[in-house]
This record gives sequence, structure tokens and C-alpha cells, in this order.
Amino acid sequence: MDITRLIIVAVGGQGNLLASKVLGEAALLAGVPFRMSEIHGMAQRGGVVESAVVFGDANSTIISDGGADILLGFEPLETMRAMNKCNSETTVITNLSPLPPFTVAIGKGTYPDVEQLRKLIAAKVKRLLAFDGLALAKEAGNPMALNMVLLGALIQSNTVPVTAEQVKTAIKTKTKPAFVDVNLKAFDLGFEAAAKAA
Amino acid sequence: MHKLLVDNPGEKLLLLGNEAIARGAIEAGVAFATTYPGTPSSEISLNLFQMSHQSDLYFEYSTNEKVALEVAAGAANSGLRTMCMMKHVGLNVAADPLMTLAYVGVKGGMVVLTADDPAMFSSQNEQDNRYYSKLSGLPLLEPSSVAEAKEMLIYAFDLSEKLGEPVLFRTTTRINHSSAFVTLGPITPPQTKGDFEKDPLRYVTVPAVSRKLHVRLLENMAKAAGISETSPYNLVRGEGKFGVICNGVSFNYATDAINELGLGDRVRVLRVGMSNPLPSKMIVDFLKDCEKVLVVEEGEPFLEEAVKALAQEAGLTLKIAGKGKDLLSRLYEFSPTIVSQAMANYFGVKYDPPEAVDVADLPEAPMRPPNLCAGCSHRATYYAVKKAAEGMETIYPSDIGCYTLGFLPPLQMADFLICMGSSVSSSCGFSRATGKKVISFIGDSTFFHSGMTGLVNAIFNNHNFTLVILDNGTTAMTGHQPHPGVDMSDFNLEGYGRVSIEEVVKAIGVKKVTVINPYKVAKSIEAIRETLEFEGVSVIISRQMCTLYAKSLKKIKVRAFTITDKCKNHRICIDTLACPAFYLEGGKVRIDPDVCVGCAVCAQICPENAIRPVKKSG
Repeated sequence: MDITRLIIVAVGGQGNLLASKVLGEAALLAGVPFRMSEIHGMAQRGGVVESAVVFGDANSTIISDGGADILLGFEPLETMRAMNKCNSETTVITNLSPLPPFTVAIGKGTYPDVEQLRKLIAAKVKRLLAFDGLALAKEAGNPMALNMVLLGALIQSNTVPVTAEQVKTAIKTKTKPAFVDVNLKAFDLGFEAAAKAA
Repeated sequence: MHKLLVDNPGEKLLLLGNEAIARGAIEAGVAFATTYPGTPSSEISLNLFQMSHQSDLYFEYSTNEKVALEVAAGAANSGLRTMCMMKHVGLNVAADPLMTLAYVGVKGGMVVLTADDPAMFSSQNEQDNRYYSKLSGLPLLEPSSVAEAKEMLIYAFDLSEKLGEPVLFRTTTRINHSSAFVTLGPITPPQTKGDFEKDPLRYVTVPAVSRKLHVRLLENMAKAAGISETSPYNLVRGEGKFGVICNGVSFNYATDAINELGLGDRVRVLRVGMSNPLPSKMIVDFLKDCEKVLVVEEGEPFLEEAVKALAQEAGLTLKIAGKGKDLLSRLYEFSPTIVSQAMANYFGVKYDPPEAVDVADLPEAPMRPPNLCAGCSHRATYYAVKKAAEGMETIYPSDIGCYTLGFLPPLQMADFLICMGSSVSSSCGFSRATGKKVISFIGDSTFFHSGMTGLVNAIFNNHNFTLVILDNGTTAMTGHQPHPGVDMSDFNLEGYGRVSIEEVVKAIGVKKVTVINPYKVAKSIEAIRETLEFEGVSVIISRQMCTLYAKSLKKIKVRAFTITDKCKNHRICIDTLACPAFYLEGGKVRIDPDVCVGCAVCAQICPENAIRPVKKSG
């Protein structure tokens, strides 16, 4: 089957590893070949966490520069930093709520203007779905549900070979029981937001 | 029950590579496992540790890799199936027992897993541990995928018992930290009780015995070479006059490249899964069918040099290449594009790599390096030492752990680091050679791992420096594994002893030992200052539990601080501590109450006394 390559970038602690795991469980339900690799050595120390997710008949678990069909960004600066993974046909889905790195606070660099960033990215790729995912996660009941908001948006974009039902089943079985309701609500809010942002 | 202990053959699970390996060990009937934690291997041992509480498996976190391998050697020579796992540089520490264990061999199957880290995602070097198989004469297995890793591990135990030798099992980060579907096999119940039959002429490696054992090892290598020729893990795929010889994850990139380049009918691939001893005859036969061959392997030209030598012996003159300009690098890890490009260049076909968007007009992205956590006791210690040493010409040798992150600005408290334990021993050299004040830093787990012997040396040879032992009560960097100083009742585990760092240091003969709580800033600075004046070897034990760990054990009550309007914006807090709880808003420093854990270190250094606990609302 066709190969779909998805890069997920986030800041340590934002929950992207759980998001990619849920996608994998959904792929298992869908009977779709799935592989991913993650670089998470210092995830708990506030560094960048990157997952490369590959659906379909490929063997590699990493994605080359320009090789991503979809870039799912949990944080606008990290979305920007990962733009080298995109080509002109890529779909970019990003949360717009910034999490400035510490270097900015101590004057080593400036956080880019998010609105300008949105325009720059939109001009480079086929499709950009950008919205404040953190607000939606809070609306769902927990800022930590940002990962589920973004999963909802990803599924709505119709770019990966798993369905909303499969992802929701994976959320029900693979996320902590106490968070399932919030997670499902977050997923739906993200799904709706992506429809509006398109 | 632990998900990897469920005996449900045929079930398909999404597993991390390290989980698949741990499951493979369980399916192989492993009875005994030892380790010292190290990324990218840590989740293998973490899973085995957890499973050992629910099964007959014996598991231990040993003090270092050499100890782990020696403990394992005893168990394996008592007939138990034994696994010993570590990161690649850990095998340097365990190299001494490994070399001679190869002479002695094992009775129960033994797998020594080395997790290499090409591109150094979390390591100090990217050494290629395949060479240890050549150096020791031990068989080497290398999986290419998560699912294969599990199967191959079971094969490794069988191979080990067939040969009576430990088997080296080499993974790379992209196996350890990849996830894929794995079909479970049946679990073999472990044989947990062993016995040792004395045979000094076999097991006591005095020269006269070792001379015979080396003969035995060479005979075993010859036997292993025969096995390698027919091993199912050395396999040929495809047809064509172009050849690719590869190993490990490079196999995946090469296979994808063949599809992408449309070379399906022109390239044949030899994937080497058992790479020591190499299947010489198989390789020569492969070469005979090829016009030119590209060797695709990350790291050093281990296969390439061997293949070239085999071609020379066989009188073959075809072109064989691997590392080189426009081909492949010895540096870092590969990607599908790197391999596709090298194959296109070498085989003379066109390749259009994916065209990345132009990022030149994007604003410069501020860096996001990993940082010491909010409330991390290391930050407090570094601040206090820096203050206490003001005006001194100092050198700060450091060691391996979270605290190495203190080398970043603004703390900048690490000047030299080569390996586990080097802080202590290199301090001896720096202080003797320069006469400057040397203050070195080592973590508690690292101190037990390989800091103690350096400290003994310092006392015996009468060196002059101050060692700061950062005692945060856990092996934090690799995911909070226990070490000999940890109170195991925190894990609700019984049957463990406990070693006091303070008593060890005193017993070694350190005459000046100071214990500080780094959260008490003024007191710490004063105590450190006094200790730094001591001539000879002095030790400061800075004791405060890792905040992440304390939070997970619910041992701290988080009480966030805030910056009140007394703040005059000196920014001393943010500029000197660089705690990630700080941020700037409209040019003013703020504290994120969701990140702050209330260590109160910043509150103690604010000249305006403007940092106060958040008042409870309502």
C-alpha cells in the first residue's frame, strides 16, 4: 500500500509519544503496516521530542529532509524548526500556542512572531491547519490533552490511513481510564477546529 | 500482569524495540539478568526489572557494567540462561571480563547486549561495538527491525548454548527506540536453579589453562563460522548484477532505496545478521554474481574491509566500495535519502531526492536545549559552588548524568568530561599539573559506578581537590533507576541492602567531608567555602532528591513561588539560575506556577526579597 510519512514534533512533556502510540494502536486495528521511531533521550528535560511515523509498505523508521507528507507540530517554534522535513506537497498541522524556550528568557534569541510564521509556512506548503490547540485542550478539561486535540485535527485532515473510530477506540483502550472522557472530547474539538481552519 | 508476561502466542502488539527485546528474553526462558542502565538500552532492563517482581526471573541493577557482566558470568556458568545489557560505552567498562569470559565460555545461554548510539543522541561517542566481536572472538548478531530483534534474541540464546560461548547482540538507537507490530511467541518457563561443577583447569584462567582455552575459543570460532554460512539471519534477497551488502537498520534504508530508485530487477542484497564470524563462503558466492558491490553500514567500515579482504583471497576484482566521498560516511546515522543518494551515485542511476521547502526566509529559531528541571538540586549546588569559589582560579571536571547539562550558560560549571567516573581521576591530573583549584562533580550513581576507585587513588597519591557528590537519590538521567545508595523501600521492595556515600567516603580516608542541603543557599555557600580551603582531598555531599523523582514518589509538596511588585528587574534570578520556571512578560520576569516546584532557591538570592510563595486563594 501507499506510504504515508508523518513527523510529529513537540517539546518534552507535551505528550507526543502517547499521541504516536495511539496512532500505532489505531493502525493495528486498521490492519495498516505501521512503524515509528522517536528521539526522546532528554524528553523530560525540556528538549525537543521528535517522532517519525511511517504507515504502509516501507522499512525505514526515519524520515529524510523533505520527506514528510504531514508535519504535526505541538508548538509553533518547533513546527518552524521542522520545516526542513516538508516539501511543497506537505500538509502542516500546528498548534499556535507558543512555549518559548528558556534561551529566549535569558536573551539568547527572539521568539518569532506567530502570525508572521503562520503566513510564511502557509506560503511554502500545500495545506496549513493552524489553530490554538491549547485553548481547546483546556476547553476539553485538561491542558495535557493537547496531544488528543492534535490527533483529532490530524484525522480530520484525512491524510493518514486510520479512521476517527479506530483512533477513538485506541484512546479508550490505551490512555489512562481517568482521562478517557477528556481525551475523547479533546479529540472531537481538534477534529472540529481542523474542519474550520481548512 | 506485565504486558510482556502474558503468554498469548500469536497476539500482535505494538512494541518499542526495547520491549520487544525484553519479550524475546522472556520467550527464550531467561532466568537471570543484569545491567547498568544506559540510553538507548534502558527500557530493556526497566521492563525486566518490573517483570522480575511478577515472575521467577532474577534481575539486578549492578553497580557498573563490569560488575554486571561478572555477576552474569557466574550465573551463566551455573547453567542459567542469562542476559547482560548495557549501552555501547558500557561494554568498554565490561571489556575486561568479556575478553576472558570468551576463553572460559558459558554453560547456560548468555547474551550480552550492546546498544550502540550512532549520531550520539545521548552518548559521549559513537563507537562501533561490532569490533568487540573481533577482539573477543565472540559471535555477533545484529537485528534490522523491532520484530526481528525479538526473534533473533531467542536464536542468540540457542546459539550461545550450541557454542558454549556468550553471544554479542548489537542494536542501534533506531532499533531500541523504534516501535512496530510484534507477534508474540510462546513463553519458555525459565530454569531458575543452577549448579556449578568445579573444574579448575577449565575455569581458573592462569596462563597454563588460558593457553588451552584460547585453542578452545578458536575451535569455537571455526564452528561458529560454519553456523554463520547457514544462519537464517544471513540472507540474500533479489536478483541483479549490482550488489548491496548491509547490516542492521541499513538494510531497511537499502530496501526502501531499491524500491524508490526502481532498481528491483538490478540489485541483489546480502543482509548480514550474524556478522561475526562472517559467512565467508556466502559472501564470496554473492560477489561472484555481482559486477559491483556497495557496502551499506553505519559507523566504521567493518563489513567493507572484510568483504574486500574476502574478494582478494578469492581472486575477485569487482569494484567494492562503501565509505567515501559521494558514497557513505563513517559519521552519524544514515537516512533513507543518504542511502538512496549513495546507491544512485554508485550504480549510476538518477535520483530525485525529496525537495525540502526553502527555509531561508524563516526567522532564526532560538535553540531549545535540554535544561536542568525547575527546582533541580544540581542548579542550586552549582550556584552555591560558583559563589563559594568566586575569585579563585578553578577547573571543573564533570561526569555523566543530568548534571552534565550544567555546562550550558549561564551556569557553565563543566570543563572536562570523557567517561563515567572521569571527574574524580582527571581531577588528580588537573590539580597536580596546574596547581589550580580543582572542583569536580559526580552524581551518586556514577560515584558507585566508577568514582570510588578514583577517590581511593586520590587519597593514596595525596592529591589536592574538592569532589562534589551530587546525591539526588536516584539514577536520574536514564529514568530513575535505583543504585546502591537508594532506599529500596521507596519502591516497596524488600531484600536490599543500602550503602551510605558518606560512610564510604570517610572509610576511603577523606579527612574533610561536608554534607549540604543545596536548597539552603547561604548555609551551603558558607560550608562549601570552608571546605574549599582544605588542603588535600575534600568531599562535599550535596543531598537533595531529584525533583522529578520526588514528584513521582509524591515526596514533595509543590508550593509555587511568584514575583511580587517589589521586583526591581535586576534579573539576577533568571540570569544566574536559568530555571525553566522563569519567563519574560513585557520585559518583566515571571514564574510559571505550573512549572515552579517551590525549591525557593531564587527567593534566597533575590536582593529585593521580591520572590514569595503564591498565596493560597480563598
